Amino acid sequence: MAAITREEVAHLARLARLAVTDEELDRFAEQLDVILQAVARVGEVAAADIPPTSHSVPLTNVLREDVVVPGLDREEALAGAPDAAEHRFRVPRILEEE
Amino acid sequence: MAGKRPPKKTTPAKATSAKPTPAKATPAKAAPAKAASRPAKSASAAAGKAAAASSGDLTRLSAAELGRLLAAREVSAVEVTQAHLDRIAAVDDRVHAFLYVDADGALAAARAVDAARARGERLGPLAGVPVAVKDILTTRGIPTTCASKILEGWRPPYDATVVTRLREAGLVMLGKTNLDEFAMGSSTEYSAFGPTYNPWDLTRIPGGSGGGSAAALAAYEAPLAIGTDTGGSIRQPGAVTGTVGAKPTYGGTSRYGLVAFSSSLDTPGPCARTVEDAALLHAVIGGHDPRDSTSIPAPVPDVVGAARQGASGDLSGVKLGLVTQFGGEGAEPGVIAAFREGVEALTKLGAEVVEVSCPHFEYALPAYYLIAPSECSSNLARFDGVRYGLRVGDDGQRSLEEVMSLTREAGFGPEVKRRIMIGTYALSSGYYDAYYGQAQKVRTLIARDFAAAFEKADVLISPTTPFVAFPLGSRTSDPYQMYLADLYTIPVNLYGGPAISVPCGLSEGLPVGFQIMAPTMADDRMYRVAAALETVVPPLTPPEL
Repeated sequence: MAAITREEVAHLARLARLAVTDEELDRFAEQLDVILQAVARVGEVAAADIPPTSHSVPLTNVLREDVVVPGLDREEALAGAPDAAEHRFRVPRILEEE
Repeated sequence: MAGKRPPKKTTPAKATSAKPTPAKATPAKAAPAKAASRPAKSASAAAGKAAAASSGDLTRLSAAELGRLLAAREVSAVEVTQAHLDRIAAVDDRVHAFLYVDADGALAAARAVDAARARGERLGPLAGVPVAVKDILTTRGIPTTCASKILEGWRPPYDATVVTRLREAGLVMLGKTNLDEFAMGSSTEYSAFGPTYNPWDLTRIPGGSGGGSAAALAAYEAPLAIGTDTGGSIRQPGAVTGTVGAKPTYGGTSRYGLVAFSSSLDTPGPCARTVEDAALLHAVIGGHDPRDSTSIPAPVPDVVGAARQGASGDLSGVKLGLVTQFGGEGAEPGVIAAFREGVEALTKLGAEVVEVSCPHFEYALPAYYLIAPSECSSNLARFDGVRYGLRVGDDGQRSLEEVMSLTREAGFGPEVKRRIMIGTYALSSGYYDAYYGQAQKVRTLIARDFAAAFEKADVLISPTTPFVAFPLGSRTSDPYQMYLADLYTIPVNLYGGPAISVPCGLSEGLPVGFQIMAPTMADDRMYRVAAALETVVPPLTPPEL
């Protein structure tokens, strides 16, 4: 049985903001199915009482002196942007028109 | 000034249109005639001086040897740098290790080192030695692409901490090396700017994701390189190119300026042709960085001292743990044979072999391929066509969301898209517990396996990768087959400890890597064992290009 359907892959692509083509959907559905069936093997491990590890190093808070240091210059921060205006990143329309 | 190029070298944009043609290269294995002409790795300073007469020979020396010649002012940093730039110009159209060569910047840095030395300033042991940097670490004013079209042409406004430390130690950055897009891959074939070719056989992969850094070393284009290791991306390329690659303890090297793929696993580290060189580079880049919240606030273990101790060839009292679950299933017989010879050589140096059982290691690969894609799907959300890089489809009519989707569709390659979707799936409600949550629990069990194994053994050993360099194109159609290259390298990433790959002979004429894993913050142990192994394994020399 397939672990994932073509429709589910299309849904994932929408969630991940990837405008995939129909041809990609066919190929990804097949490949993701193979991968997901392989990685699903983690389910074979009895781990109900095991705490999850999100990070390998136990972290403790590190404090520093509260000293002002120069940050990134505004012009430098904007220099790599595809579009900038009035010292800001310029983006396409966000709200639907009335 | 950044952007100027040496002859025949290109920015990434041009690299795509000027792909090397491996077809015209003669099969590398057929031409080993000059292989013996390389100076022995322990060449004395006098031999080095003689070699300096011909700039081509400077590229054959180790970083430690170059450092000694530079300190004695027998060669200048400019001469050393120019020799490597000349080598790059001569061979990189066939190897394609570099995405960008900063010839002017490198020569300017070399002149500055020479001037500082002339003034009598005290300099570090690697001052004036060239280094190549994987193109996933930011470099101020110098293109940083992550081998992705989505960042093509981006010039970062800041240096990664690793790069800052290289500059402060006087190392000369030659340029940026090729990788699988965003470091996702095991062959460098997923680079958007064309693959890198293995100097041992130009029809084969150089490993990945750091194939460019490893190939640059094997092709004598650089004596040192920086890699990043998330699931084996330093060690596996080291293994298949006959070079040394070390993954430090997670948190032992800073991630500031390392473009994030999987934040709980990503670790920058040294690549070199000798264990001592790797240790020298490790000492330069390692140590606490207040700009990385996961950086360990402790000194770097004495990796250089440990490498020199190991080079004495005495491993009395050292216990090597042979992992039962790494018994060789799925590995090539030639790889297993070379590994066993390495184990035998180490026992002759006084080491004792004990068998250790790590029952959850067989679940490391599936756990990794859930955890890493999950973190990747979150990290790569930042590529939205707003703050840097590519923007596609902004015609004044489309919405932000449409432009974002078109930009990501055009900018990401297939492996990156696959991993983003796998991660999105594993993190989605309804699947989270069974996939991502369960993988994190398996990660705990793998860390416990390591802790138990290190009760019985000082280090754990295995082959680095189950197979030697495979032919280009042979695994790209089946993504899961590519993942199997990481079988032996992944467990230690999930645990967080350090590991190193050192050359250990040949199988079918191609290099085999020997992996040594150590407990967290005991990086020095692996260098000691690796340096000892180096004394008994004949140096591997690739055929002339």
